[in-house]
Amino acid sequence: MPEVKVTIDGIEVTVPSGSTILQAAERAGVRIPTLCHHPDQEVKGVCRVCVVEVEKSRTLQAACAFPVADGMVVRTNTPAVREARRVIVELMLSRHPENCLECARNMKCELQALAEELGVRQVRFERKLKDHPRDTSTPSLIRDPSKCVVCRRCVYTCEKVQGVAALWPAYRGHETVVVPAYDSDMIDVVCALCGQCIHACPTGAITEKDDTEQVWEALGDPSKHVVVQTAPAIRATLGEEAGLPPGTLVTGKMVAALRRLGFDRVFDTDFTADLTIMEEGSELIHRLETGGPLPLLTSCSPGWVKFIEHFFPELLPNVSTCKSPQQMFGALAKTYYAEKFGLDPADIFVVSVMPCTAKKFEAARPEMNSSGYRDVDVVLTSRELGRMFRQAGIDFEKLEEEEFDDPLGVSTGAGAIFGATGGVMEAALRTAYELVTKKELKELDFVAVRGMAGIKEATVDLDGVKLNVAVAHGLANARTLMEKVARGEGDYHFIEIMACPGGCIGGGGQPIRTTNEVRERRIDAIYREDRRLPIRKSHENPAIKKLYEEYLGEPLGEKSHELLHTHYAPRKRV
Amino acid sequence: MRFYRAHVLVCAGTNCSLKGSQAVRQRLLNELEEVGLADEVKVVETGCFGLCEQGPTVVVYPEGVLYCRVTPDDVPELVREHLLKGRRLERLLYREEAEKAVQTVPQVDFFRGQQRIVLRNCGVIDPESIEEYIAHGGYEALGKALTEMKPAEVVAELKASGLRGRGGAGFPTGLKWEFAAKTEGDVKYIVCNADEGEPGTFKDRLILEGDPHAVLEGMAIAGYAVGARKGYIYIRGEYALSIERLEEAIKQARKMNFLGDGIFGTGFAFDVEVRVGAGAYVCGEETALFESLEGRRGEPRLKPPYPTERGLFGKPTVINNVETLANVAPIILNGAKWYRGFGTEGSPGTKVFTLTGDIVNEGLIEVPMGITLREVVFGIGGGIPGGRAFKMAQTGGTSGGCLPAELLDVPMDYDELAKAGSALGSGALLIMDDTHCIVDIARVFARFFEHESCGKCVPCREGTMRIHDIMTRIATGRAGEKDLDNLEALARTMTTACLCPLGQAAPVPIMTTLKYFREEYDAHIKEKRCPTGTCRALAAPAATLAAGKGA
Repeated sequence: MPEVKVTIDGIEVTVPSGSTILQAAERAGVRIPTLCHHPDQEVKGVCRVCVVEVEKSRTLQAACAFPVADGMVVRTNTPAVREARRVIVELMLSRHPENCLECARNMKCELQALAEELGVRQVRFERKLKDHPRDTSTPSLIRDPSKCVVCRRCVYTCEKVQGVAALWPAYRGHETVVVPAYDSDMIDVVCALCGQCIHACPTGAITEKDDTEQVWEALGDPSKHVVVQTAPAIRATLGEEAGLPPGTLVTGKMVAALRRLGFDRVFDTDFTADLTIMEEGSELIHRLETGGPLPLLTSCSPGWVKFIEHFFPELLPNVSTCKSPQQMFGALAKTYYAEKFGLDPADIFVVSVMPCTAKKFEAARPEMNSSGYRDVDVVLTSRELGRMFRQAGIDFEKLEEEEFDDPLGVSTGAGAIFGATGGVMEAALRTAYELVTKKELKELDFVAVRGMAGIKEATVDLDGVKLNVAVAHGLANARTLMEKVARGEGDYHFIEIMACPGGCIGGGGQPIRTTNEVRERRIDAIYREDRRLPIRKSHENPAIKKLYEEYLGEPLGEKSHELLHTHYAPRKRV
Repeated sequence: MRFYRAHVLVCAGTNCSLKGSQAVRQRLLNELEEVGLADEVKVVETGCFGLCEQGPTVVVYPEGVLYCRVTPDDVPELVREHLLKGRRLERLLYREEAEKAVQTVPQVDFFRGQQRIVLRNCGVIDPESIEEYIAHGGYEALGKALTEMKPAEVVAELKASGLRGRGGAGFPTGLKWEFAAKTEGDVKYIVCNADEGEPGTFKDRLILEGDPHAVLEGMAIAGYAVGARKGYIYIRGEYALSIERLEEAIKQARKMNFLGDGIFGTGFAFDVEVRVGAGAYVCGEETALFESLEGRRGEPRLKPPYPTERGLFGKPTVINNVETLANVAPIILNGAKWYRGFGTEGSPGTKVFTLTGDIVNEGLIEVPMGITLREVVFGIGGGIPGGRAFKMAQTGGTSGGCLPAELLDVPMDYDELAKAGSALGSGALLIMDDTHCIVDIARVFARFFEHESCGKCVPCREGTMRIHDIMTRIATGRAGEKDLDNLEALARTMTTACLCPLGQAAPVPIMTTLKYFREEYDAHIKEKRCPTGTCRALAAPAATLAAGKGA
């Protein structure tokens, strides 16, 4: 690509032609404040905070959007630029509530940081809030349009990354708000509740529904036996809540911290991830043998499940009937575990720590009570758990590492990689290969299904049986793949879908801030966990073997069907 | 073809129609039948004549006698006097002054100062008749372009003519066509911007009502020049008559193969479709127009890329205003040199203006570029009614500047008006006399922009609201010096930092009134006094109010 020379604040830099002023400024070491700009999104140029002077231009130009030209001279710190930025930020602040201290995004708010960066100490315009009601209609998300700065990052994510387009600007001028179609409640629209809009949002206009109070209450209730399960992706992200860099693995410290909080047992969702492989792997083999329906679609990701119920109801027979690992865990905790340890399931309180806002919705689905009780009582996101640790004064870094409790805490590398895109597929292949071929799998790493490419395809040879598999993450990619399947193309046997980009490590409940760069580092941590573990195949998990011996009988058996499998129903498309 | 002894032209433009010209026409037909002249006298519905204030207007040819404010009840007398007995009906003649009746069209000052290129057929032909358009030289330019010129020659002619965009921005039309012609692409579009949204502007409407084929011909020539086969006319839903006439004109042009495949026996194919907008002001901005035309929320896009690279449906697109396109055929037919014979060096040709407000001849005019504001207001426009003093003229619509009497001699072209802090803009000319309060006027403009901001970029979305807030405070005596500082900071920020021209231009009326009428702002802010008594909150004696508020 040809290069051009530009001068930014007197510093000459050479950048590829087609670069924006913002990119050139980065090269020159000049920082330009931004707000609507997001590294993983197309340029929107709507907040105008990044305006700069371009020589010979009649107006200021948005650095995030304006392309450089050879010989261009840019000034980023002039009286006109400073005044415009300041006025713009004050205009936003004057429409924004002053209750930062009570906001879930306090200290992690980009608007707050921007005001600080520009040295705003006084807002010249009178405070005029948007009186649009908070939307508390879903068990997963809270939308507060009064905090919305209409930067449209969530709109982009919902439409372009997730292919859902549940959010859109409505009304006009200063009355513009980002809302679901027809200004409906979130629960009444096609929203998958994936929570990716939370990562897109620079402020606290969209947050998870905070359920920490219920957990504190249960922990303080001596009549309750409170158990916790932690999702595979949590150990690779929770450290960020304690200020550790992305990609830090904190498995043992997390277990220790959970014990400090007062949980009676600290279990692992990785255990039921292994169980999912046993059930879903058997389901795949069964479908291959009996002719379908194929491709088998995974069902671990509740955002994905809600998505397919809305948009591709005709493909619901293809979705695995396996419950997600979270729900398998809940069902077993209040049956198998209760029986084994002589506990009354009515006294067992199951908390799960998930990377996911849609898990809150999943746990509340009416069919998720096969133990006779609500299988999972409360779902916390990793952000909420981080909040509880801070409230409890737990100094995460100083904790000694501890081990999960038996028996629902025993797991394998296969369970661990559920946290990254392609992980369920890889774990399933490790098991399916050995179950089908009865031979030992030498090369455990199926690298073709790993990584951040949106749709990954591979053909796996199970000793003569060719298995066509595909993996998609991010619902826009899922949509593309499902359209292909609906057209009868691709000849796939097995497809893994995760609602969130990068898989669960990039989930809507994960620490702020989650960008694609951060996702990559978390994925690295997931595979480090896999390599660290002595057992890396689900069917070799001794606790799983014992579970089948003692309780379930066999995969897809009667007990499994009762406790570990579920059904789906079409939802409306608008 | 039949020959008639006389033609009676009845204006069927929107303004005259609203004043009852349809009833006049019907009565004329009945009356002519009754007196047995139906075969000798032809009644023609025309587009706007321009003298809207005096409507409904009727012109009787061959003499060219202009009758004003004609009601159906006047018709029997008019038919009997003028058409039966050959005597002019004195009481309905146009009067420049009370005592002096003007006999015929060419003698009227209103028309004498005009130069009609765009409006060549308006008020002359029946806009629903393609035959009449052809009889007046219509589609000759398209034929010439297709059979005698290469596309590049058409572009070159346009460039040489110096024609600049008549929608407001004044970008050289030939250059725009050249960019689009040079952009690679199988599919290109010609879009006619007929989303005339500036309050007080109705020229495009009247051009389309009066001469729809002129615009279609211009679009087809543009299509040939840049290599486009499809054109869209994006028009406001409110313009029902324009839409109806355009649809009819398109049907006629297709039937006679001026649109469709193999036009003039060449390999050139071009067709036009009308798309009706919902009337948002911002959709007049070209990229917001594309969004709306594509079926999305009407909001401007970032530029670059410019429409000539990536416009409608992401394809190279020429988007021109109605008036710009109506200039094309005459330029191709008569040549760039002829066109440059009108107007100024930097702004060749003519400009269509709509005169509104405190002016005797409210209506539609076309004058050479560079004519002074004074000539327009006091010559063609007939001055200020009731002998009041001229206070200000706002040029270019609501986003234009407000010019005081000291600037009456400013030549009206793109560059001179820009120097005065205003713009030629859409061609709206709003005249106000000395009874109006400048603060009140600016407040109304501010309210308009608050309402019409699309909400996409922060400075416009929030700034328009704040400017209206401050203007309201000034008009109600609640403003202090700080408000004026904030007003100016907002105006500077919006002008330089807004995403699209709407936001960038919204503060222009504020800035120009502050510049030219500062003392009126000061009277409202410091003395809590409205010099014209317009601002009702300030009607109380200044002293009481100041004491009460502790201002």
